[in-house]
Amino acid sequence: MRMQIFIPQDTTALALGADKVSSLVAKGAESRGLHADIIRNGSRGMFWLEPLVEVQTKSGRIAFGPVNTSDVDSVLDALQASLDGKVLIDHALYLGEVKQIEYLAKQQRLTFKRSGIADPACITSYQRLQGFVGLTKALSMTGQDIVDELKNSGLRGRGGAAFPAGIKWQTVLDTAGEQKYIVCNADEGDSGTFADRLLMESDPYQLIEGMTIAGLAVGANQGYIYLRSEYPVAHKILNIAIERATDAGFLGANVCNSGKDFFLEVRLGAGAYICGEETSLLESLEGKRGMVRAKPPLPAIEGLFGKPTVVNNVLTLGAVASILEQGSDIYKNFGMGRSRGTLAVQLAGNVKRGGLIELAFGVTLREVVEDFGCGTLSGRPIRAIQMGGPLGAFLPKSQWDTPLDYEAFSAIKAMIGHGGIVVFDDTVDMAAQARFAMEFCVIESCGKCTPCRIGSVRGVEVIDRIVANEDRDNNLILLHDLCDTMELGSLCAMGGMTPFPVRSALTYFEEDFGISSRGDH
Amino acid sequence: MEKASNVDQLIEQFKTLPGGLLPLLHAVKHELGCVPDSVVGPIGKGFNLSRAEVHGVISFYHDFNTHPVGHHTVQICRAEACQSMGSRHIESHAKQSLGIDYGETTADGLITLEPVYCLGNCACSPSVRIDDDIHARVDQTRFDQLITELTTPNSETSGVSS
Ligand SMILES: Cc1cc2nc3c(=O)[nH]c(=O)nc-3n(C[C@H](O)[C@H](O)[C@H](O)COP(=O)(O)O)c2cc1C
Ligand code: SF4
Ligand code: FES
Repeated sequence: MRMQIFIPQDTTALALGADKVSSLVAKGAESRGLHADIIRNGSRGMFWLEPLVEVQTKSGRIAFGPVNTSDVDSVLDALQASLDGKVLIDHALYLGEVKQIEYLAKQQRLTFKRSGIADPACITSYQRLQGFVGLTKALSMTGQDIVDELKNSGLRGRGGAAFPAGIKWQTVLDTAGEQKYIVCNADEGDSGTFADRLLMESDPYQLIEGMTIAGLAVGANQGYIYLRSEYPVAHKILNIAIERATDAGFLGANVCNSGKDFFLEVRLGAGAYICGEETSLLESLEGKRGMVRAKPPLPAIEGLFGKPTVVNNVLTLGAVASILEQGSDIYKNFGMGRSRGTLAVQLAGNVKRGGLIELAFGVTLREVVEDFGCGTLSGRPIRAIQMGGPLGAFLPKSQWDTPLDYEAFSAIKAMIGHGGIVVFDDTVDMAAQARFAMEFCVIESCGKCTPCRIGSVRGVEVIDRIVANEDRDNNLILLHDLCDTMELGSLCAMGGMTPFPVRSALTYFEEDFGISSRGDH
Repeated sequence: MEKASNVDQLIEQFKTLPGGLLPLLHAVKHELGCVPDSVVGPIGKGFNLSRAEVHGVISFYHDFNTHPVGHHTVQICRAEACQSMGSRHIESHAKQSLGIDYGETTADGLITLEPVYCLGNCACSPSVRIDDDIHARVDQTRFDQLITELTTPNSETSGVSS
């Protein structure tokens, strides 16, 4: 039998040189007379080990990582020696069986259970790994049954707002209309997040399946994936997957001979963060400026082109496929309080072991960062953690025992958002981070409301004056007033939550603003 | 002349697509390297929109530059995860070593420098995108290496290991 060697093709693996590693492995295997097939799989999400080279052996799938181009020869030598004789693999990068790697073994993978196993574009691999089981079940159910299953799962939207998915679908189902749409929000603009990207690049059929189930549930025959243009690899893989799913009869006219249609198309964004906000996204999909719409009307009632529309995040729709496959009771058994199921934690920034960590809600921030992350990459102490993207609070040590649960986070004026965690060491300048939060709002505001559009510009200026110790006390009062105005007077969370990182920086790290040395200069 | 007729063809192709304006603008950018003022009129006609409306859409999105850019586009991630790994140093190094600011192109027309806000590579930051390739853990040395690969064609073998 030919040897199977797996080398990932996701963005991060590629960014770390996976293509070069792959071609060297191919050459090296050939010159050693190893009969090997190289499969470009998705990533397991253990990015600190990328490029992770896996080999299928009789006793399981083993791995080496991180494998740089200069390691390829020695890895192949170690591999060959173990095949020829009865010697064990002896190599510094040898990690043993992939499934046993602690980082992976400790996770509860539901949405990401297939990630990294196979070639993401291979539809037969997807089916072999329980793909389309959920869709097959959904095809024998009524729309209401599907929505009830989703409600029972307790799934809340993973894009940030954590709205119960079943209730949203119920509204779309109950709204009369010939034409309805399913829109997948794949704009993933938050810094520190990459779970949507990983799912699309490593298991794209799961998203396709989830969207098709959504279409069956609410009676929509057209879906759009609104993908940010910063994701060229995901774009390519999604288009291949859609084409193959259509050819195989899982998409398009007469899905699986059910008599029902579901067409799916990818649309590219154009570098605007605000287009992740669902109504801005819909405007953009309609070919307009991404100006946020006032709600009501809800998109579920008047959404894309004025029609009833489900807008869900990639991970929400991905979870739908596994909920239908395994049953909602299994899904809801994970989690705590009103946060049911699993959260795809994305550990990023200055961290030794960054990656995708899928866990039941309830684990603490500290456990994630210390047990999985193993501290900072720089080796210096962690000083601040930003959770939930650019609109999320900066949290000091005293807050790290907060469990990952939507309600527990809002109780400390923070948010889980899309699950991104960015770690900063003690060299961080928190006044500079607060300034950046305002600056980001200047750059990305859609411009519809004054507190956001102008307030953020003033915010940058005021922070500069505070740091320069120009009339610091009065400018601090002004900054708090400004934050109040933005929080209360903005139409959406862009202006409404930019104060969160700013205020948390001021509250927990006031010394960085020169506040403890008040009046010194 | 030939390019103008290509744009006309694209307009024909996209004008009946629901929400076809963004896909069209991407296609125009792909064809011409930018979305110049000269296409605003024809697009307006094709899509039954005023010039102001078309212009409004183009100007809303960071991706749709109205002037030609260099042969390669180098984007440096300015978002938080990359900041935590020292991207501010990469930014200033890039501006200084290339002698240009964001939005500018080197005198030889080779490289345009742009900011970007997250490339989804935040577990291995700092990140830099060059055309459609994303690079991880880019420090100053690696940045210089990447730029050298752009300036010396066929340097396939120069980038071994990082
Ligand atoms: C400024 C802003 C940016 C947002 N960006 C995203 C995003 O990139 N991806 C996403 O799924 N949701 C984003 N959201 C949330 C969406 O508005 C919306 O709640 C979500 O798409 C609904 O899907 P869900 O219920 O499955 O989470 C953003 C919201 C705001 C206010
Ligand atoms: S808060 Fe900002 S981004 Fe949101 S609608 Fe108002 S101006 Fe637009
Ligand atoms: S913050 Fe730079 S890649 Fe995400």
